[in-house]
Amino acid sequence: MRSVVPVLTVVGAIFVLWYLAAIWLNAPWAYDKAGRAGVTLSASELVADTWAQEKPKLPAPHQVVTEIWNTTVEKKITSKRSLIYHSWITLSATLLGFALGTGLGILLAVGIVYNRVMDRSVMPWVITSQTIPILALAPMIIVVLNAVGISGLLPKAMISMYLSFFPVVVGMVKGLRSPEVMQLDQMRTWNASSSQTFWRLRLPASMPFLFASLKVGVAASLVGAIVGELPTGAVAGLGARLLAGSYYGQTIQIWSALIMAAALAALLVAVIGVIQRATLKRMGMA
Amino acid sequence: MLIDCAISAQNLDLTFQTNDGPVHALRDVSLDIKKGDFVSFIGPSGCGKTTFLRCMADLEQPTGGSITVNGVSPEAARKARAYGYVFQAAGLYPWRTIGGNISLPLEIMGYSKADQAERVRRVLELVELAGFEKKYPWQLSGGMQQRASIARALAFDADILLMDEPFGALDEIVRDHLNEQLLHLWARTEKTIAFVTHSIPEAVYLSTKIVVMSPRPGRITDVIDSPLPKERPLDIRETPEFLEVAHRVREGLRAGHADD
Ligand SMILES: Nc1ncnc2c1ncn2[C@@H]1O[C@H](COP(=O)(O)OP(=O)(O)O)[C@@H](O)[C@H]1O
Ligand SMILES: [Mg+2]
Repeated sequence: MRSVVPVLTVVGAIFVLWYLAAIWLNAPWAYDKAGRAGVTLSASELVADTWAQEKPKLPAPHQVVTEIWNTTVEKKITSKRSLIYHSWITLSATLLGFALGTGLGILLAVGIVYNRVMDRSVMPWVITSQTIPILALAPMIIVVLNAVGISGLLPKAMISMYLSFFPVVVGMVKGLRSPEVMQLDQMRTWNASSSQTFWRLRLPASMPFLFASLKVGVAASLVGAIVGELPTGAVAGLGARLLAGSYYGQTIQIWSALIMAAALAALLVAVIGVIQRATLKRMGMA
Repeated sequence: MLIDCAISAQNLDLTFQTNDGPVHALRDVSLDIKKGDFVSFIGPSGCGKTTFLRCMADLEQPTGGSITVNGVSPEAARKARAYGYVFQAAGLYPWRTIGGNISLPLEIMGYSKADQAERVRRVLELVELAGFEKKYPWQLSGGMQQRASIARALAFDADILLMDEPFGALDEIVRDHLNEQLLHLWARTEKTIAFVTHSIPEAVYLSTKIVVMSPRPGRITDVIDSPLPKERPLDIRETPEFLEVAHRVREGLRAGHADD
């Protein structure tokens, strides 16, 4: 509970700065309008105007909150204008991509740990894969998959997978290698098979590493799904909302989609945190 | 090679090839350990005690000479689960209870669930940890963890126990107690024990045979058959016989150092 005060202080400071920045950035347009109408603005009129423009450079927090309220609580979930609907579209691609990425990451890690050739050859490629800007790669993945008749959820999920498998590989390789030489020697004194050593020692020992990676991976998955919605001119999803918003200068819509994406990421990370605590507790490790 | 030998080493050599050149961890080591013996290995750091024990356990491959465990090669003995190995650190798995840790080798060796439970109960009693089966390692003191790791090595019926400084990290009071317990355990189970230690009193108190080693190259400088009776209360350490053996061990250690 003691951490509430500092957190609230920081949030409060952010809101104050945000409102001040809105005045500063939106003032030119307010003066412009007033100039054309031939009126002069008092200070309070200026502030009121900068916080209530229709297409502000920077929308004020309450404008974003109102927009989010209107597009979530006030809209039916099935409506094309519901932010929940768009979030769900993005979330489904995120979850599918995350599941695929986690699976791929774990498989590669097991290969790297158990196979000398894979250890030498795979890791450099895994690292190279992450040096290519995803914005450059995403359109190609979408176009290629479309060309072979795959569209919709899967191409977006592929981009999510592409971003999320990386932290899982890195974390799992570290986790599977975390048992000490002594523990591996001990297994040998019992004449344990490789699979017994894997299931009873390496895998359980890797769990804390896996969960740390999953938190990074799920956030990366969400970014991947949003990026995957940009190049296709998708009509649904948070990425599509961002894109449409920027076409039409709907800054309030952009900001509300951004905030929604951030909230979604926080939620996903929190869910993994809960699963982590439950799992490690059941394993006696927390 | 005698038939009643638990461990028999003839002219054992082991040279590690390192970046700084070869390290002679063992040179011309010959030793017979009879079944039921309690043998301590004592010597300064780096004299090859751990390496010798690891050769018995088939964790290192000698570069020369020969060694048998229960009359067969160390590899065959390991595969027959002829020995239990206790490392310096207890090495219990934090995600398993004490009971779960002790049944780990039993699971690996394919014992039935009922047999596992029975054995866990029995060895926990043997190391005086009855009632701690459901506890996790972090809930136990260092000495109790080490006892649990000994229980784990006893759970399957290996008749040889290899122990590498198992009490090295514990304070002296705990150590005295564990030494006493270990002697009782040895008397009750009639196992052959090979025990590495740094401590002269510990070696003399526990052993029927004390092997003094010295480094560079690692070799045996003295083998002392203890004249002490099998029944040993802690205060035997004040008797003249005890002090005489301790003196001879100390002399042996000093001689090993003299030609440095
Ligand atoms: N895996 C290894 N590689 C290279 N040198 C080693 C290895 N293990 C032990 N040694 C060396 O062999 C010598 C004997 O080591 P060790 O048997 O651990 O001694 P002790 O247990 O008596 O302290 C030491 O000089 C040590 O540095
Ligand atoms: Mg050692």
